[in-house]
Amino acid sequence: MNQFEYVRPVEQALAVKAYLKDPNTQFIAGGTNLLDLMKMGVAKPDRLVDINRLPLKDIKKTATGIHIGALALNSQVAENSLILQHHPVLALALNAGATQQLRNMATVGGNMLQRTRCGYFFDINMPCNKREPGTGCAAIGGINRMHAIFGASESCIAVHPSDMCVALAALDASVTVLGAKGERHIPFTDFHRLPGDHPEHDNTLQKGELILGVDIPDAKPTKNVAYLKVRDRTSYAFALVSVAAVLHIEGGIIKSAKLAMGGVAHKPWHLHTAEASLIGKQASTESFNQAAQIAMQGAKTYKYNEFKVKLGHNTIVQALKTAASVA
Amino acid sequence: MVQKKTDNAAESDDLLNGTRRDFLKQTSLLTAAALAPTTLVKAAESGLDEKIAAVFEKIPVSITVNGVSHQVVIEPRVTLLDLLREHLHLTGTKKGCDRGQCGACTVHVDGKRVNSCLSLAVMHDGHKVTTIEGLANGDQLHPLQEAFIKHDGFQCGYCTPGQIMSGVACIREGHANTESDIREYMSGNICRCGAYPNIVKAIHEVSTGGQKV
Repeated sequence: MNQFEYVRPVEQALAVKAYLKDPNTQFIAGGTNLLDLMKMGVAKPDRLVDINRLPLKDIKKTATGIHIGALALNSQVAENSLILQHHPVLALALNAGATQQLRNMATVGGNMLQRTRCGYFFDINMPCNKREPGTGCAAIGGINRMHAIFGASESCIAVHPSDMCVALAALDASVTVLGAKGERHIPFTDFHRLPGDHPEHDNTLQKGELILGVDIPDAKPTKNVAYLKVRDRTSYAFALVSVAAVLHIEGGIIKSAKLAMGGVAHKPWHLHTAEASLIGKQASTESFNQAAQIAMQGAKTYKYNEFKVKLGHNTIVQALKTAASVA
Repeated sequence: MVQKKTDNAAESDDLLNGTRRDFLKQTSLLTAAALAPTTLVKAAESGLDEKIAAVFEKIPVSITVNGVSHQVVIEPRVTLLDLLREHLHLTGTKKGCDRGQCGACTVHVDGKRVNSCLSLAVMHDGHKVTTIEGLANGDQLHPLQEAFIKHDGFQCGYCTPGQIMSGVACIREGHANTESDIREYMSGNICRCGAYPNIVKAIHEVSTGGQKV
């Protein structure tokens, strides 16, 4: 690991100020991803700003929904009674990710800022536009079994690794950030970005902006939720494909649907058109199949990830069936 | 690129007619002398005085491990795992992958199980850590340690301290009531010998045995 300066501010504004003092700074919270990257030589910050002493750990009810502080631990959110009562799909997604040891360290803000697990990004001897812009993408002609089927570019076909973010995208959450110019709110689906010509940017944060928390708007409580993650082993593996589904069903008819996918794009993939196709339909295998078909339209595959189209389709159908308790 | 750096380093060694280690030591000292005063002044000016360390500066950290309070002075890049093993000589906690994938380094920090390899020691100023050395009560083993022996929950034993620390936390969390829960919530601890069935049995017996863990 390279040597670095270490700063531990106790106020949010000071954290932003401390970040901006050096052009090569990183915030550190749980550190579970950053320290891994630093050990691999992928991240080499000259300065770490430790934000763990900032008062950003609350999970609380607000006038419009539930607020989760950026420093709330993944394990705390997954077991929080407000979350379990109002947004159980978020708890399911969190528990599908990582291990209890990691969830006890990883924070909500840090989870959002996870870097891709593309093997070429992690291997400093390989070209990677995300790690070193302009060097090329080794994944496009390489082993791309884990890679994107939606929204990729000629610069990068990496996927975002988070499960939590898939649920937050489905739940129409928003992110509050603090920068040198003050606070702003970003809709969750606009927080992460597609790679385009700049895969080095995973998200739309401006330099020095600090995530303060996430807000999930109120929604009618429902038990018809599912988070289905398909992976290479039963536990502790990144998703090949995952699906978060939240349905409101009255008399067998779908009144509203929230649907997002993980493991398929550079950002959590919100399935707006498939959601719309379900409204007013019977909660049945037939309508679920139709939604899945719509969702998978436009998929672009590479040499080793063609299987993701069929797998994606089937995962959407199964997640919807589980959510709706349709056999 | 990495290869190239190594070649350069070898050249430097030849030129200096000394070892690379000596070369680095000398340069580090020179750089530290040049850097430290300005960085510290910068820190004082910016009002970030709670904790700050310049590149080569060591930071005082106060940490309680197995009930014993330690005041150490360390570089910010020292992980909690390396602090335990290299500075406090508590080598029960193992370094397996050093990347959070195997769980051999699992310890409890303020009651929660964590991977000590993926955490900086400076981030644990004021925290209470429990390692495998702190689990038994004198000569009386912890119930889960007893159960691991009874059920033969290990072969080579390298993952065992991590398995036991993780298992104790798993029971305390209430995630060890069924064998399937145990398998899911213990997935962060890898055993390359494949002692899993016996590990699950040991944890399940203790979690359902009514003993205080």
